[in-house]
Formats: sequence, C-alpha cells, structure tokens
Amino acid sequence: MANKVIYAVYEDPEQLKDGARKLVSNGIKVKDVFSPFPVHGIDPIIGIKRTRLGIVSFMFGITGTCLALLGIWYFNIFDWPMNIGGKPSQALYKNLPAFIPVTFEFTVLCAAHGMAITYLIRNKTLPGMPARNPDPRSTDDKFIIEVRTAENHGHSAEAITGLLRETPVFEINERQY
Amino acid sequence: MNFTFSKRARTLSMALIVLGAAAMLVGIIGDHTDHHQRTWANLLVNAFFFLGISLGALFFYSLQNATETAWSVLVKRVYEGVMAWLPIGAIVLVVVLLAGSMGLHHIYHWMDKRVFDPTNLEHFDPIIAGKKAFLNLPFFWVRTLVYLAVFILFARWFRKKSLELDQLSGDSLVRNHLLIYRRSALFLVFFAVFSTTLAWDWLMSIDTHWFSTLYGWYVFSGMWVSAMVTGVVMVLYLKRKGYLPQVNNSHIHDMGKWVFASSFLWSYLYFSQFMLIWYSNIPEEVTYFMARIDHHPVLLWTVFFINFAVPMVLLMSRDAKRNPRFLIGVGAVIFIGHWLDVILMVMPGALGHHFHHIGLLEVGMFTLFVGAFMTVVLKALTQAPLTPVNHPYLEESVHHQI
Repeated sequence: MANKVIYAVYEDPEQLKDGARKLVSNGIKVKDVFSPFPVHGIDPIIGIKRTRLGIVSFMFGITGTCLALLGIWYFNIFDWPMNIGGKPSQALYKNLPAFIPVTFEFTVLCAAHGMAITYLIRNKTLPGMPARNPDPRSTDDKFIIEVRTAENHGHSAEAITGLLRETPVFEINERQY
Repeated sequence: MNFTFSKRARTLSMALIVLGAAAMLVGIIGDHTDHHQRTWANLLVNAFFFLGISLGALFFYSLQNATETAWSVLVKRVYEGVMAWLPIGAIVLVVVLLAGSMGLHHIYHWMDKRVFDPTNLEHFDPIIAGKKAFLNLPFFWVRTLVYLAVFILFARWFRKKSLELDQLSGDSLVRNHLLIYRRSALFLVFFAVFSTTLAWDWLMSIDTHWFSTLYGWYVFSGMWVSAMVTGVVMVLYLKRKGYLPQVNNSHIHDMGKWVFASSFLWSYLYFSQFMLIWYSNIPEEVTYFMARIDHHPVLLWTVFFINFAVPMVLLMSRDAKRNPRFLIGVGAVIFIGHWLDVILMVMPGALGHHFHHIGLLEVGMFTLFVGAFMTVVLKALTQAPLTPVNHPYLEESVHHQI
C-alpha cells in the first residue's frame, strides 16, 4: 500500500475543529493543521504538546541578566572603577541600584530576541526558508488538516476520507509521497 | 446560586475579631507612646490598607467595564463584594483623620497650627509653612470628603446597576451595559487623579518635609496588588465551597496573572522611586529612606523580598498560577507583604524612634480588621446571585479558555 497524505480543506476554524475532533475520536492521528491564523483550542484536540517557549525565554532572560551584571562589573568596577553618584563604593552590590535599569533592559532584550529567534528556527520560518504549507490557500481563507496513512496503519485512506466526508469539509485532496 | 455565609466561616471571622480585639487591647495597654500615637497609627495603617483593597477592587472593576473585558464577568460579583467594605473603611479613616485634626494624636505634624506661626519660635517650621496652600485643614477635609464621596457613590451606583442588569434582557440590557461602560471610564478619570492625591494627603503628608512624585503611583500599585490577591483568594475559596461552578482554570490563571503583573508594577514603581532618590542623594529626599533603611532594614528588605521576589519566582510558571492551593498560599504571603508595606509607609513617620518592631498591637488590630473585612465582604456576597444572571458578555466569559 502506497503511503498517502490526505488534506482536508475547511472554510471555517470551528468546522476544522469539529473535523479534527472526529478524526481523533476515531483513533486517527492528525499530523498537522495549517491555518491563516492561530486556531484557538486546536492544540489539545490534535495532541500537540505544550510549548516550551516560556522556558526558553526564561533561560535567555537569565543569561541576559548574568551577562549584563558581568559586563557592568567588569567595565565599571573591575577594569575602570567609576565613582557613581558621589558614591565611590567599589563593589557591585553597593552600586547595584544604579545598574538595575541596564540589567533589566538587557534581560528583556535577550529574552525577547532569544524567544523570537528560537520560535522562528523551531517553526522553520526564518526569513528565506522555503514555505512548508501544502496549499497556498491556507495562508488566505482555508483551514487544512493533514493526515498521513503511514501514521495510521489501522485505517485505510478510504476510511479516513469517509469519516471526513461526514463533516462539513470543503474539499479533500490526496497525494502520494 | 446565592452564597450562604456558612457557620464555619462565621465562626472563623468572629474568632478572628475576638482574638484580634483581645490582642489589640493588651497592645493598647502596653502602648506608652505620647497620645497613644502607636494605637492611632495602627488604626490608620489598617484603615488605609483595607480601604485600599476596596479601592483597588473598585478600580479593577471599572477597568474591566471600561475595557469591556469579557472573561472577568463571571467573577465580577466577588469584586462587588470587596467594594462593600468601602463605607466602613471610609468611616474608620475619617475617625483617624478627625482625631488628628482635633489634636488627639500627632501623626500629621502639619495639623498642628503652631508650625505655621512664625512668631512661635519653638514650633514654627518654615518648610511646612511653605506648604500651607495645600496642607491646611479646610482644604484637606474638602479633598478627603470629595474622594470618599466619589468612591462610595460610584461603588453604590455600579452595584445597583449590576443588580439591575440581572433583570434586563435585549436592548435595555445592552443600553445599560453601555451606560456602565461610560460611567466606568468616567470613574477612571476621577481615580487617576484621586489615587495620587489621596496618597499625598493621607500618607505622604505624615513625612511632611519629604515629597516624591512617584509616591502616588507606588501607593496605588500596592492597593491594586492587594485587591487582586483578595479577589483570587476569594474566588478560590468560593470554588472550593462549590460556588462559581463555571469559573474554570483559565479564569484562575488570568487572575493569577493579574497578581503577578500588578506585583511587578509595584516592584517597578517602588524601585524607581528608591533608585532615583538613592542616586541623586539629595538630603531633603533621602530622609524618607534613611529613616527606613537605617532603623528598619529587616522590615524594608522583607517587604521588598515578599512583594517582589516571591511573586516573581513562585508565580512565573503557568502551572503555579493554575494550582489553587499554591495560589492561595502565595496570595496570603503577598497580602501580608502589602500590609507590612503600609506599616512601613506610616510607622517611621508617625512614631519616629518610638517604632521598634511589630508587636501584639499591630498583629491584633490586623487580625481584627481581617475578621471584620471577611464578615462584611462575605455578607455582601450573600445578597446577590454569585454568578451574574445577565450580562452581554456572560456567555463569552463562561467559554473563556486560554
């Protein structure tokens, strides 16, 4: 049996969710969903694991905090001691209030950029990367479910499309791969 | 479904009141400060702290209305309940201020007429005399009464309209909803000004010589956090008792986010005020922090640690904000942290070197107020269906999911 990939095209995110629910409740694994905008509540239906982006962001933030403090300590305390606000106390912790704004900003900078770039890399959507959506209409007004027969050995392509036909599907495309 | 004030809750709040009153009385007997200044200062702390919770709730409530926020519709009755404390808090505060005006205590130095009199060589204070245009009793009382009247009138009106919505449907429901929306926006304009000026009047004028432009926001953010903590703890309590069945994890998560976010606002403003004063190191500005850091370093750092580090570390993750037990625990800690913050605002200025530590008097009066606050708020909750019957966004709130 040749491996097939099935694309079920919907016109409405709610219908897409109904379709995905129907497939999953029949034990069919949904490979992915393509949509012009984030479909609220689709993740738990098709069993996508919770994002770890928050953890990544936190790590980048902590890195930023440490780098900023290390830098400030080296520039202003160690290498070229500075008299800050008439307080010639040459210790990082004694001058800390003056360093907090920079540290804060650098933390935000690292967390935000790190998170955004990680997101783009993980999604393979960095500028210049080839588009991976199967149908250009999914960037406009169509919502597409992708199912692969290779991941659903117990179900034939006909059975899957039959299930999909019971939902308000707009069209169903099949491809060999 | 209406909330019933269970026997257990009644006993608990009564026990808090009795225990608190007993501890407070022992504390008052042991209060040997001039004019029982410590007792009066404590009354001011608790009057302001609990009034601040109600004000924070009123502010948050009108913010939700003015932004037409949908998710919070299910929990709006809880904030209306917290607002019920407003008149009582106002009365306690007025008692403290009235006693000050009559010379029964000297928390507010400028209330003593002698400081304005240049011929009185012993008591004349040129710095305070220079502030006479603002800090004089008639104008002070006009301001105080205007703030309290505006707050109470708006709170009563919101409550009345909210109960009215329950009886309406169709066009009149939407019309009334839009009226609440406009009035809430109007209230926010009043609150924007009053929240700053009331902090000057009731708290900053204790340290009469000192001034800080950030002080109003700092005080306001403290009120806001306390109100958010109170709100989420009450919702969790009600949920545990089987009320508010439609409030789901996402609502709790959002309320937890508010605790987290407003704690950060507080930390940001607290630090901004401190950092600028520390950096510029001008004698007339640093007095405030000298009195606090030099004499009460433990209290100061405890307040900063509890109100900044605790919510930051413990409430950062999503799981923490969705865990009721954990959220109640952290909420209780932050609640006490903000009460300590008000102590720190009032005590060093009001008592000077007579303030050594937090004793039976402070703890007792706080316990008494917690009990009274619980009684009033829970009683107010019994008077209307906990889940609003009608609201244009009720359906959306029920299906809130993040």
